[in-house]
Amino acid sequence: MPDTVDSSSGGDVQRAGDATARVTTGGVLEAPEVAGVRTRWTPQRIAYTAVAVVVVVFLIVKAADDLRQFVIVTLNGVTLAALYFVVASGFTLIFGLMRVVNMAHGSLYLLGGYLALRMQESWFKEDTGLGLSLSGATDAEYGLMGWLIPLVVATLAIGFIGVGMQQVFLRWNQGQDLRQALITIALSVIIADQMLAEFGGISKDIAAPSSWPTSVLLPGDVRFGFFRGVVVLGSALLIGLLLWLMIKRTRFGKIVRAGVDDRDMVSALGINVNLVFAGAFFIGALLAGFGGVLGGTMISLAPGQDTAFLLNSLIVVIIGGMGSLGGAAIGALALGLVDSYADVYLIFGDTDLTNYSILVTFALLVGVLAVRPLGLFGRPA
Amino acid sequence: VTPPSTARLSWPAIAVVAILAALAPLVFDDFFVNVILTKALWLGVAAASLIFLAAYGGMVSLGQVGLLGIAGMTYANLVLADGGSPAAWNPWPAVVAALLLATVAGLGFGWIAARSEGIYFLMITLAFSVLVFYFFSQVTSLSGFGGVNNLDLPGILGNPEQDPVPRYYVTLVVALVVFIALRGLSRTAFGLGLQGVRDEPARMRALGFDVTLHRTLAFALAAFVAGIAGVLSVWYNRRISPGSINLEWTINILIIAVIGGLYRLEGAWIGALTYALIDNYSRKWVPEVGNVLGSARFNTIIGLVFLIIVLISPGGLVGIWESIRDRLGGRRRGGGSPTTTTTTGPEGGPAPGTVN
Repeated sequence: MPDTVDSSSGGDVQRAGDATARVTTGGVLEAPEVAGVRTRWTPQRIAYTAVAVVVVVFLIVKAADDLRQFVIVTLNGVTLAALYFVVASGFTLIFGLMRVVNMAHGSLYLLGGYLALRMQESWFKEDTGLGLSLSGATDAEYGLMGWLIPLVVATLAIGFIGVGMQQVFLRWNQGQDLRQALITIALSVIIADQMLAEFGGISKDIAAPSSWPTSVLLPGDVRFGFFRGVVVLGSALLIGLLLWLMIKRTRFGKIVRAGVDDRDMVSALGINVNLVFAGAFFIGALLAGFGGVLGGTMISLAPGQDTAFLLNSLIVVIIGGMGSLGGAAIGALALGLVDSYADVYLIFGDTDLTNYSILVTFALLVGVLAVRPLGLFGRPA
Repeated sequence: VTPPSTARLSWPAIAVVAILAALAPLVFDDFFVNVILTKALWLGVAAASLIFLAAYGGMVSLGQVGLLGIAGMTYANLVLADGGSPAAWNPWPAVVAALLLATVAGLGFGWIAARSEGIYFLMITLAFSVLVFYFFSQVTSLSGFGGVNNLDLPGILGNPEQDPVPRYYVTLVVALVVFIALRGLSRTAFGLGLQGVRDEPARMRALGFDVTLHRTLAFALAAFVAGIAGVLSVWYNRRISPGSINLEWTINILIIAVIGGLYRLEGAWIGALTYALIDNYSRKWVPEVGNVLGSARFNTIIGLVFLIIVLISPGGLVGIWESIRDRLGGRRRGGGSPTTTTTTGPEGGPAPGTVN
């Protein structure tokens, strides 16, 4: 390693990680003020409250117009949010403890889905008769194990791939956050290209067990997809609960929380930080892989989904605040609902603005960042 | 802490490179001039906007392709073209409008992003860039269903399909102006202030500088440069589609900047030339290894090159060159650390050093 190069880039990173610099420049006095003095009505706060009121009133009007549609759109948003949360919680966990922005998180998501799909197809696909089905392979039926085993194996595999990535590429330059981000970007480029070579460019999806119902009937004669509404939502709630218990109740969680606040102190106390980092990376990658299997069953697997889920994770944690689990939940909910409402409700009379729905997502991001540059629950690193 | 980016290419070195570049059409055939050199020049401008922010402002932005896309899409929609909006402006007002819109968008993005720094800045600008891509993907009235094609070009470019040389010279002049202007900017009060903000934001604030404003203006300036790259890119391609401003391109521009050297302006064009060469020739000499490697696996190759560069030399090719030179120079001078005070031309011997 050439000395000159190393010292220059290392210095840059040190500055970026410098706590005092972050406090004084990142917050611009606004963040502490908003957090501390809750009752002051600045013009900015009035403006934001006005926007919020308009949005709520608009949604109430739409809901009164067609309650059934509103319920379905809301459920769509919530289930989408559940998937976003599963993926983004892994992203935020890794960042919170290690300051590693894992730009390959979307690739791990997609790879998890593809691995499960490959396992499902090669282990559980039964030759039903002559295989002369005209409608393609979608007719194949799978039992519960034909979905669960690929789920478990693919999820664990992605966890181990994540640890391998961390140990080989990231461990030795801990603290150089920009360099680590660049390394994971390089890995994501390679992984995406290799996945394209191996799995092709056609959109595929993982089959849910055929014994599961396709939809459930909710009160008010609302039908909603069983997998989306029950499995994905249930998994997200379970994962949220487990992560919360892990972080609040276990020794590992205590170390993680301490590490988020002061990494150096934790390692000075004699804790094997490397082991903890590997563990955190395992869980973070595992969540990406798990999300990939859920997403591959709920939506689809295709090149570009890795980008989409990297972006979703980024937006979720930028809104919620990097490293905060609660922030990830709130951010995912905000993003999922906004995506879902904007896709349906941006029609005013004859003008259909649903094409511009991405602008609403953008406005959400900008709106949060304008008030809280570190996200809703973000704290200076 | 060593300032990362303060060495500058000297005037004689710039003159030599410019003359060599101007003579290139005499040496190389039209294909090479067009597909390698012209492409490398406009890619270099795009990468320079990123490197300018990284080197002088300490902000690694992934939003440059979004801004480039805004400029390119604006130009494409305003001039006569297949697809997009029906407007048929003269190309020059369209260029002005494109640059203006990119700069204004840059001011807006910058105002939001400038309050964060380091890795947060990277993520927020990445989100901007991808959102611009999704916007143009969704709004097909602006991006056409198969992109906007057969763009009208200004007369000065001639007819590039038959003779790409005029377009090469125009691109070369623009790239040179961009390089010299950005290089000169580092010595102005604004440039020095920006470097101060990069190194010691807290101290600069204590001195009465508006740190956020400085960053925002730098971002808007970089957006203007990215806008220039956007116009050059649509002049080069004569078409633009959402696919030419997607995440892949965002990362390609980052790869170019990092391969060249994230902390030296000239690295932008060194990286761009390397990229264009690999892009064009790797398809011929890379062996086919099953599905894993081969002529269709360009992204794997460029990803590997990128990975290796990041792992061994965060300063990119310029950094590798400098460390080799320092090692040789250090031996000649009998040790010492000349790393921050001298500078050289990109491919000549030690040029007269500029002390920053």
